[in-house]
This record gives sequence, C-alpha cells and structure tokens, in this order.
Amino acid sequence: MTNVVMPQMGESIAEGTIVRWIKKVGDSIDRDEPLFEISTDKVDAEIPSPAAGVLTEIKVKEGETVAVNSVVATIGMAGEVRTKGEVSEPPVPEAAVGQAESPATPSAPVDAAGDVEEPAADTAEGLRRQKSSPLVRKIAHEHKVDLSQVHGTGLSGRVTKQDILGYIQLGKSGPRPAAPPPGPTYKPGEHVHVVPMSVMRKKIAEHMVLSARTSPHVYSVYEVNFSRVSMLRDRKKAEYEAGGAKLTYTAFIAKVAIDALRQFPIVNATLDGDNIVYKKDINLGIAVALDNGLIVPVIKNADEKNLLGLTRAINDLANRARTKKLNPEEVQSGTFTITNPGIFGALYGMPLINQPQVAILGVGSIDKRAVVIDDAIAIRPVCHITLGHDHRLVDGADAGRFLSFVKERLENFDEAWM
Amino acid sequence: MTRIIEVHRLGVVPYGEALEIQKHLVELRKANEIPDQLLLLEHPPVITLGVKTRNDRSHVVASAETLDEEGVEVFESGRGGDVTYHGPGQLVGYPIMDLRPDRCDVHRYVRDLEEVLIRVAAAFGVAGGRSSGLTGVWVGDEKLAAIGVRIARWVTSHGFALNVSTNLAHFNLIVPCGIADKGVTSLERLTKRSVAMDEVAGVTADAFASFFDRSPVQPALPPLLESHR
Repeated sequence: MTNVVMPQMGESIAEGTIVRWIKKVGDSIDRDEPLFEISTDKVDAEIPSPAAGVLTEIKVKEGETVAVNSVVATIGMAGEVRTKGEVSEPPVPEAAVGQAESPATPSAPVDAAGDVEEPAADTAEGLRRQKSSPLVRKIAHEHKVDLSQVHGTGLSGRVTKQDILGYIQLGKSGPRPAAPPPGPTYKPGEHVHVVPMSVMRKKIAEHMVLSARTSPHVYSVYEVNFSRVSMLRDRKKAEYEAGGAKLTYTAFIAKVAIDALRQFPIVNATLDGDNIVYKKDINLGIAVALDNGLIVPVIKNADEKNLLGLTRAINDLANRARTKKLNPEEVQSGTFTITNPGIFGALYGMPLINQPQVAILGVGSIDKRAVVIDDAIAIRPVCHITLGHDHRLVDGADAGRFLSFVKERLENFDEAWM
Repeated sequence: MTRIIEVHRLGVVPYGEALEIQKHLVELRKANEIPDQLLLLEHPPVITLGVKTRNDRSHVVASAETLDEEGVEVFESGRGGDVTYHGPGQLVGYPIMDLRPDRCDVHRYVRDLEEVLIRVAAAFGVAGGRSSGLTGVWVGDEKLAAIGVRIARWVTSHGFALNVSTNLAHFNLIVPCGIADKGVTSLERLTKRSVAMDEVAGVTADAFASFFDRSPVQPALPPLLESHR
C-alpha cells in the first residue's frame, strides 16, 4: 500500500487545498497518471499518482486544506478498497476542514519511497516552527519563547520578526494566557446549520481583526443638541428634494466632520512605520450596511463639495453600494470614516477604525430627550456622537478638540453653509 | 547553454481557443517535443472563473443580461485564482514552460512572474510593487496585473494579464480575484498617455526571457497552433 501525501510545491508552502479528485475510490491508476488537483495561493497544480494500483481510500475531501506531507489518499492492489466500518485508522475528523492547525493525519506520513517524514512537519503548527527564519528562531531561543504560542502573520502563518518582537513586548507587560483553546468544531446536522462565509464576510472579518490588533482604540462620546440641524433640515428639505437630493442628517454631520478634519489634520492622518503621514486630501468614507455585510464608499475630495454636493454624493454612493454598482476605486483611498449605528436605534456605537485610517466617527440615534437649558428642562432632539481613535496617533485631547468642534458647529450650523 | 523560449504573438484570440492551444502545447512540452513557449495575446471580453470558483459565481456581480449586453463571455478555466476579467487592451501572457530542474517552486514562479511584470511597468515609468498576501502587481491599492497559474508535472500554463489600455469599467462586472476592497488600474491610466500594445508585448517578451534566462526566438506558428487560428 502506498500513501499519497500532499506534495510540497515550493519552499515557502506549508499547506495545500484539494480542489478536485480526478480519480474515484476503486479506480485503477497508473504511476504518473493525474490523481488530484491542489490549489495553493494563485497556483493550481495537477498531482500525478506516485504509484500504480487502485485508489483505495481518499482521506481528504475536495475543498479541504491540509499541511504538506499529510496523507491524502492510499493506493493499494485491486480488491483492497476499504468500505466503511473496516477503516483501521481513525478517519480524518470533520474538523480538519479548512483548519490546517489540527493534525491532518494521526500517524507519521510515509511517502511513496517509504521514507518516514519528520513528525514535526505533520502539522502547519510544526511547519511554522520549523520554517520560521533563523533570526526569528534565534530571538525565540534567546527569550525562551515557544514559537507555536506566537500568532504568525507571515506566509502560511509563519512567525515574522515583528510577530516575535511584539509577543515579547506584550509578555513584559503581563502574563500571556496559554495557547488559545481549540475553537468549537461543528458538524452539519448536529443542531446547527453550517454555512461557509462569503468573501465579503471573510474580508470584513480579516479587516476587523487587523484593525483591532493594529490600533489601540480609545473612545470619546459627546452629546449634541440637534435642534438647529433639525430645524434647518425641515426648512430646506423640499428645496433639496426639488434639486433631486434627499437631505439627511448624515450630510450635515459629514459637512461638519470635514471642516473638523481640516482644522485637526492629525485625525486625517495615518501611520507609516515611524512617520506620521498627513493626508492633504479629505476622502470621506460613509459606511453602508448591506444585506450580509457592509461596504464603505468614499467621497473623494469631500472638502471641495458644498452641502448639496455632499448630499448628492452620499445619496448616490449609498444607492449604488446597495445595488452593487460601485466602481472599485470608489471604495478606496478613504482618509476618515463616518458610520451610523443610530440607524438601528443604538444610542451610540463603538466602531472599529477602518485601517489605515486613525479615527472613525460613530453617529447614534437622534431622539427627543429632556435636556437642561438655562436651568430649565426642555425637550430637544439629541444625538450622541462617538470618535473612535487610534491612541498611537490621536490622544484624548485631540479627540476632545475634534468632537467639541463638531458639536459646536452642529449646534450652531450656519445657514450660509447650505 | 541557455534554453530557448519560443515567443508567439498571437493577436486577439478567443478564450476557448487559447485554452485549446495551451492544452496542446502543455502536452507537447511534457513530452519534451517542443522548447519552452511564451504566448502573448489579447482576449475578446471574457470573465473567467478559476478552479476555486467554478461552482460559485458570487464574484460575478453583473447579471446575465448585463453580460450579454456588454458582449462578455463567461468561462471556466483550469487555472488557479478566483474570478478575473480579460479584454482588449490587456496583454495576456501564457508561458508554457518546464520549471524543472531548477525552478520547482510554485510560489517562486508566481513571485518571478510578478518581478517580470514589475520590470515591464518600470520600463514605462510605472513603479509597480507587491501587496503582501495578494498575488499580482499593484500600484498603491490598485491592481495593474493579475496572475493565475496552472502547473502539471512542473509544466506551466495560464499566466498573467497586464492592463495596458483595458476598459477598466468592465472590471465592475466582477469582484476581481475575490478581493472586494481593491481596484484595478492600467498602464495608460497611470502614465496618462496612450501606450501601444505592441510595444508592451515586445518589452514583456524581452523582460521575460532575460529574467528566466532563456533566449527568445520568434518562429513561425507551429502547425498545431495554426490549426487553431
């Protein structure tokens, strides 16, 4: 019997995904005849059979990803086909789907020539340890760090120099928990309905994890009296509508936020290594909720538009975002983002920054509340606005100045700006 | 001794035909009956799905009617990668090359293709680069060239697509390579002048041959290819 292993198609490749089995269990096969197709990165490869015989068992299903050198199938003599119930080795658990972290094979794999592979190469984890650069391993050794405990952001999850240094840095400030507990593994049908993530969902997930990891987020929340904005909106609504624009509170907030970004360029900046990059353009992103995700279309050079222009741009981008008609460049190059959790009734939100920006403005719901004005209680429309900011660059004082400016301008919105 | 690479400039070839031509050449190359090949061509407008997406068209955002209106075909290909768009003004390169004995590393091959295209872009004054984790050649957040490769017994097929003067609006029909938040660009857009496809093809052939250390020859089309023209 010959074990067929996931081949290593390159030095930097730690795992592969089986995209198609060309042969079925029970098919006879010649040595070098194409047996299956794998996919790594942007490359698909057809893998020939290492031996002649009959395909007796397929251990890794189409769509599954396993570490290099994991056994994916066995080739035996005719009549050796295994049926369910007489499997001598534990089958690959369902949980191996897409989780290269779990050992793909219970036993040390043997390649066609009968050589026993190093057990450490059995898992992506082991490979990562092995394949980290000598410098990283040296640093790990010097600091007595177990590389398998370090989250790798390099190729195939490899631990980079930044990862290890970051880990050591963190370690100084407090104890690290042991390896995270393995995530839950679900089989379809066990009281659950399992659905693969859409690409947009995955992108959002990646981006949000990146953001949470990258920026130390700090939040300030301000209460804003919307009486004047509300009054102006009611007064001008019809006029705008005649011009084909639906005047929303978002347009007022956008206008004032843009002025604030002009005033406080640090909020419109980004970090590049040890440099602070001040963006001369103000490209305003507006988060738009979609059925199963969200997208952030960007109004380029938003500071060149008046309130009507902004209103039109917001209407247009939001509509086209919902109908998936945005041009790719219209979701790029944002320098600051506004998001509106208030639409759904939230008092205020704590949004994550849209990287590589350094701040995001969250707009809460606008509700009538009892407020104290000149020692009297009055009923006013009130909105809570939140600035989530990257404390690496934007301090609380900056955020305070920014939000005070926004509050002041909204509460005293000048009709001339319309 | 430097290996030979035969460079074929095929003009505009429908995607299906180019697939057939590649299939033939791959078989011939595997059997060592021909030297390495580089096909340079353009496709009529077509959306192609990689192996990963052949059963999932969610990255083709345009409706069937829109695709019809725009005269865009949809094709399943055997290459790696997600969905992509090809069309006039895009230089498509299909190297049919044996990576043995010294280049048996699929990642290295993809990185090498990127390097060749970065050099081509540089020849036109465009500073292309790589984007960590994303294959292709990028200028800022925008993709200038896409890469998708197939390898069978270390013989390559499929390859790269470099936007020279592509109608970039056609990329709106898809989510290129499944990456929703990045855009596309072209040499023309970046250089703000018109760039001749012929010139780019010439520069690409030279850059490719020199990088992969092959001497380029431009023979007449072999009969097999001819039968597909």
